[in-house]
Amino acid sequence: MPTITYRDALSQALREEMQRDDRVFLMGEEVAVYQGAYKVSKGLLQEFGEMRVVDTPITELGFAGVGVGAAMAGLRPVIEFMTWNFGVLALDQVLNSAAKMLYMSGGQYPIPMVFRGPNGAALQLSAQHSQAFESWLAHMPGVKVVTPGTPYDAKGLLKSAIRDDNPVIVLEGEMLYNTKGEVPDEEYLVPIGKADLKREGEHCSIITSGKMALVAMQAADQLAKEDIRVDVVDLRTVRPMDIEAIRTSVEKTNRAVVLEEGWELAGIGAQVVDYVQRDCFDHLDAPVVRVHQADVPMPYAKNLEKLAKPDAAKTIAAVKKVMYLE
Amino acid sequence: MGTGTSRGRVKNSAQKSERAPRKGRGERERSSRDRSAGGDNMALLRSMLLQRRFEERTAEAYALGKIGGFCHLYIGQEAVSTGTISMLRPDDYVITTYRDHGQALARGISPRAVMAELFGRIDGCSRGKGGSMHLFDRNLNFLGGHGIVGAHVPLATGVGFAIKYRGGDQVCICFMGESVVNTGAFHEALNMAGLWKLPVVYIIENNRYGMGTALERASAIHDIYERGAAYNIARSQCDGQDVFAMQEAVAEAVGRARKESLPTLLEARTYRFMGHSMSDAASGTYRTKQELEEWQQRDPIVLLRLMMEKNGELTEEALHKLDEELKAEVQDAIDFAEKSPEPPPEALFEHVLVDTTSDAREE
Repeated sequence: MPTITYRDALSQALREEMQRDDRVFLMGEEVAVYQGAYKVSKGLLQEFGEMRVVDTPITELGFAGVGVGAAMAGLRPVIEFMTWNFGVLALDQVLNSAAKMLYMSGGQYPIPMVFRGPNGAALQLSAQHSQAFESWLAHMPGVKVVTPGTPYDAKGLLKSAIRDDNPVIVLEGEMLYNTKGEVPDEEYLVPIGKADLKREGEHCSIITSGKMALVAMQAADQLAKEDIRVDVVDLRTVRPMDIEAIRTSVEKTNRAVVLEEGWELAGIGAQVVDYVQRDCFDHLDAPVVRVHQADVPMPYAKNLEKLAKPDAAKTIAAVKKVMYLE
Repeated sequence: MGTGTSRGRVKNSAQKSERAPRKGRGERERSSRDRSAGGDNMALLRSMLLQRRFEERTAEAYALGKIGGFCHLYIGQEAVSTGTISMLRPDDYVITTYRDHGQALARGISPRAVMAELFGRIDGCSRGKGGSMHLFDRNLNFLGGHGIVGAHVPLATGVGFAIKYRGGDQVCICFMGESVVNTGAFHEALNMAGLWKLPVVYIIENNRYGMGTALERASAIHDIYERGAAYNIARSQCDGQDVFAMQEAVAEAVGRARKESLPTLLEARTYRFMGHSMSDAASGTYRTKQELEEWQQRDPIVLLRLMMEKNGELTEEALHKLDEELKAEVQDAIDFAEKSPEPPPEALFEHVLVDTTSDAREE
């Protein structure tokens, strides 16, 4: 099986879906002539032309709304935000237009579109460019939210997102674009709403998603050296959440750590803990522990940034805590 | 006003205090032959009077507690909806704001379906899920009433993009109130429409007040169609109380969109005869009773009626007959809405998502 980058996996997904369906187009800042701020759309302008690979002005609220309108008129837009930090400017269109159109029209206007772009912190980009929006975006009904952590999941989930007749939010990761993984040559889809057990172990469940799945795997590797074997449940989709996968794992291990990139209050992890206490109360041998970003805007200084971010060491400490090892 | 004809116009002092609207680029005289096509004029009168009678009964039903939530009436602005929509083809698109009853009726959504929606019933045009502010009809390409000021303007640009993408010759009409021009969404949407040359006609229904804030207290320029200059798009101003002036201006803009794929910003100067919504008085704090009464002398329905009577197209009896028919039609809509069931409890979770993909659609 070929090994490719996360970036190329996304690019393949876009290319294949645009070849497959001429209603699909890509729109965003620098996606065409510049070949993509992160080169995800490299070569697409040359292949599909300027009507289907559309550079926009810096106007997130505007072009997100253009996407919704185009979807209402029968197209299947893929709207790229250079980062989700800028996507916040368009949140009204995601929340009030895309997510609600089907419902408030009594079922007449489905919105088949994708909002995608990098989410979460990279390195020393400081407060305004280092934010994880999973919980903000997953809060609202009317959308699906996927968080691929590997090239395989990135390609398969983006293809599913483009084919879905609902608005699908795809949260990528700037730090993920260069990561590599196996991606088959033949066509495949990754179903939305289905978690993936990325590592099997019997002592504790680490429940996470997206970029944090890589952190969880690092933690799992180190824990294995101490003979602590963990399940790594990569949710892959945070709306709708695969509650069955969470339950199955926690009922097996009886302990859980929930790892997420964003802030604590009302975070994705809080929702996972709620599912666990409702469904697995009698199976728990310890309170669930959460690992998340410190409750501060992201600092610039390298040492402070490291302190703020969730990482493998913090995850390992959390696992040991729920196992009463420390 | 500014359309090269004063037929049917009633002078009033409120108008004198404003600068007369300028003619739009290339705006043409409308021939008297066009104006005396009796059948068409009767249809215009019917459409406008239906909206009036419908809204009067809506206000009554609201007062009786039959209609809930926010409810924004269209009374006074009927020439804008009818004048515009009468110039469209069935495959054109219409998108609008939360003050959407008039346009929905003018586009041809039945009074029954609109009233049932206001009543929150299953037979409403949005199945009782949208209410007054969110009327939709996919069969009529009526893309909804939208409740966040300015937010639907980019959607119209997107519809224009889709038309151009497919190489079609439809047009998208986007109605908005004048306060929309101060939102970022308006600026972003019109910039892209100008940049990409999209077939969208943006119609500002300038009723002079965004809720209780006068245009002059909200916008640094007062001839707001001039904002189109910032986006290099055609722009003009017309009399929104004169249905023929509306038709004339819209015909030109629609032609430009259909034939040349170019956008237009059209400012229709109009007035709402009621409060902003059902929860405020028609006058008092932010505008005077005198001003309201002066504008009421330019009631768009009266202007059309007087012109038709003068031309011998309308008799007292014919008007009375029409009015009785329309009152009966609205009564029928109310009876229908009363009888229509509430949405069943299982409707609560319907229409959050669809369970289809593009594969399913192609089959």
